[in-house]
Amino acid sequence: MSEEVLRIRTPIGIHYQYSAGPHTSSHLHGLMDGKFIGKRCPSCHLVYMPPRNGTCAKCGVLLAEDVEVGPAGTITTFCIVNVPFLGQTIKIPYVAATILLDGSDLGIQHLIQEVEADEVRMGMRVEPVWRPREEWEPSLSNITYFRPTGEPDADFESFGGHL
Amino acid sequence: MRDVAIIASAQAPNLVSTTATPVEMLMPVVDQALANAGIARSEVGFWCHGSCDYMTGQPFSFVSAVDALGAWPPIIESHVEADGAWALYEAWLKIQTGEVDTALVFGNGRSSSSDINRILTLQLDPYVVAPLWPDDRSIAAIQARACLEAGIITPQQMAMVAVRNHHHALTNPYALRKGDYTIDELLQGALVADPLREHDCPAHADGVTAVVIAAGDAARSISAARGSRPAWIRGIDHRIDTQNLGNRSITSLPSAELAAAKAGVGNDKVDVAELHAPYTHQEVLLVAALGLVDSPDSSTSINPSGGALCGNPMMSAGLARLAEAASRVADGSADRAVGHASSGPWMQQNLVCVLEGE
Repeated sequence: MSEEVLRIRTPIGIHYQYSAGPHTSSHLHGLMDGKFIGKRCPSCHLVYMPPRNGTCAKCGVLLAEDVEVGPAGTITTFCIVNVPFLGQTIKIPYVAATILLDGSDLGIQHLIQEVEADEVRMGMRVEPVWRPREEWEPSLSNITYFRPTGEPDADFESFGGHL
Repeated sequence: MRDVAIIASAQAPNLVSTTATPVEMLMPVVDQALANAGIARSEVGFWCHGSCDYMTGQPFSFVSAVDALGAWPPIIESHVEADGAWALYEAWLKIQTGEVDTALVFGNGRSSSSDINRILTLQLDPYVVAPLWPDDRSIAAIQARACLEAGIITPQQMAMVAVRNHHHALTNPYALRKGDYTIDELLQGALVADPLREHDCPAHADGVTAVVIAAGDAARSISAARGSRPAWIRGIDHRIDTQNLGNRSITSLPSAELAAAKAGVGNDKVDVAELHAPYTHQEVLLVAALGLVDSPDSSTSINPSGGALCGNPMMSAGLARLAEAASRVADGSADRAVGHASSGPWMQQNLVCVLEGE
């Protein structure tokens, strides 16, 4: 009697053609120009950056006009990463934050650098540091990190509705 | 049991490919279905969605579909990893609970995101069948060959199915493939997976279908306001055969026979049957399984839309069949119609819905 088979390997692979769709495309083109391009909801007027699936999830309508936001923004909330993990490329402790770009209603997640972790705070004003232009691709990874601008902190009222 | 009816629907034209995201594809069709029903989003009691992550290539891709619905204030919604016809079944059950009176059901898929014939391989038994990578057409060809060898189907019969569906599709604005052909013309076409020729295989497409269903008086008043009549769901059932291809009948569709019996297809005449049989030989098997007759002097019109052969938008083609059957009842051209949806290799799963006018 042959040995019992307890485990087999059956590798699978499929290639996909991903489409960002017309509504997200202007945002991706913007990143190639060093700009943050969001879109405004024609119904509730919120500005989405990035414009997600091209729709306002709240109203259930297609987003309309392009709106340039940022480049500076405000830290709405953050966490200090103290845990080492496999593949970590940044020295701990470091700060991952949600940043509300000026003029946008949707926070984006990014890294905060050029400041001690224990000095980061809600309301801190930050600006993007871009990679060298020749490395740009249609991605938010064109921004290496955000750093403090040195401006006075934003009032809580200016971002409290976006937590 | 509460009386539930299909009261409106909308479809996107079947396309070979689109660059729109699933959400961008969905939104106009959902809007159109609501407009056709003449109701507002706020009047929808339950939302139910059918789609497939393997087609988008993203886990939990269905979550983003909620972006098309306007989920504020919060809505009640659900999802099935299946054709939208199964989402309709869930919505029908939801209405049976008495919790809601109306539901919007939708199915969508972008077959062009990848090679759909290989995507469908991934639904096969993952241990001994899928690793061989038989594609969808090859699996279907095994069934067609078995039917030919058993003498229960002829190549002429298969070509006739294609001739009829392509002719019917001429009047279907959503169909991807249409035209007038002769049996002889089609039988001269090249084999793509022996014994299947191109005309035997479904026209896979990117597409969306949305359907509005409602209970009792809600259905009556909504339809009356639109000058149409509700298509009452008098029977609905779905059944499944084993996924083990070696353990089931190849030349018949046991789960379709059972679903048809449970839904009561044979209890009365059938004016229209909209069948989700992707391959020509499968339509012949399905007509037999449902106890219908396909002949020029039959009182049953088979696939007046052209069926899935002329446009098979994966994950919405079954729901589209239900929508097409309902529209014949709504406009009075049929009093009793059957809508059918299927999925899986050799039509492993079958859903049958009997619709009647009042």
